[in-house]
Amino acid sequence: MNLHKTLRYAFRQSLPVLAGYTVLGMGFGVLLRQAGYEWWWAVLMSITMFSGSMQYVAVDLLATGASVVATAIMALMVNIRYLFYGVSMLERYRDAGPEKPYLIAALTDENYSIICSPELPEGVSERWFRLSLCAMTHCYWIFGSVLGDVLGGAFHFNSAGIEFSMTALFVVIFVEQWQKTKQHLPAVTGVVITAVCLVVLGPTGFLIPSMIAITLALFLERRWLEDMVHDA
Amino acid sequence: MMLDWKQSLILVAVMAVVTMGLRFLPFAVFRKKTPKAVLYFGQVLPYAVMGMLVVYCLKDVSVVSGSHGIPEAISIALVAGLHIWKKNTLLSMVAGTLCYMALVQFVF
Repeated sequence: MNLHKTLRYAFRQSLPVLAGYTVLGMGFGVLLRQAGYEWWWAVLMSITMFSGSMQYVAVDLLATGASVVATAIMALMVNIRYLFYGVSMLERYRDAGPEKPYLIAALTDENYSIICSPELPEGVSERWFRLSLCAMTHCYWIFGSVLGDVLGGAFHFNSAGIEFSMTALFVVIFVEQWQKTKQHLPAVTGVVITAVCLVVLGPTGFLIPSMIAITLALFLERRWLEDMVHDA
Repeated sequence: MMLDWKQSLILVAVMAVVTMGLRFLPFAVFRKKTPKAVLYFGQVLPYAVMGMLVVYCLKDVSVVSGSHGIPEAISIALVAGLHIWKKNTLLSMVAGTLCYMALVQFVF
């Protein structure tokens, strides 16, 4: 194995993530700053969570003073997919060395999809490729979020409406997921139940009932959705 | 800041523990066989949750007052349309956000 070649390959693979995490991280940082949090909060959150959608939601939870229970349930729902990533990495990471806990902690959507892609070139060490890729992307994410926070505090531009970046992120992921599958029942279930709960219960108390109702509905719908699990 | 630093720290800790807990749980628990129910929810929940999050983002929009949700509708259509067309996450997000900022600052 060739360490220099491995690092160069990991860096090349990480370039699309560099662009993505910098911009996405900056968006998060600006929002966090707007909510009144200094740059070191961005560092703390980006190190300990390393999760784009979660951190955008986190700003909202902090800014509205959510309860501990609501925060925990929200984190559970937003990140439930990591459970699935973990399951599909069980074999791949079985023989990972002492860096295994870090590799697991760094299982973001982007790192997961890069590490899952097959075949490394000749002479590239799988072990050092994974570790350096995760460390690089983690740095990009921390860098982007701090940059956003600092710039958000330094320049007093009219930032009204910048909170839409969170909506835009989720719409993008929603569209991507929609195109990835022919079975749209789960997506429709999520939209319809949440919308109904919002209209009936109002913007302060609809979230937890929505999450409970979605889980129940998906449980009842499982006989129509079971082939989705086989497709995976 | 709506919360003081101690309350904020607690919420950040809760989110970090849950997020990391979900990443680590399979490695700690499902060493041999993963329960079918877990596989099922792991597969279908992400789709439903993303729909939920889109609606969550729009929770403070009122169709009967203010700008009637028109800036949101236009910007979401732009993000979705652009993304179906170009499939470029950054482009869709940046264009949609700038469009929304322009609409709420200069038009509505």
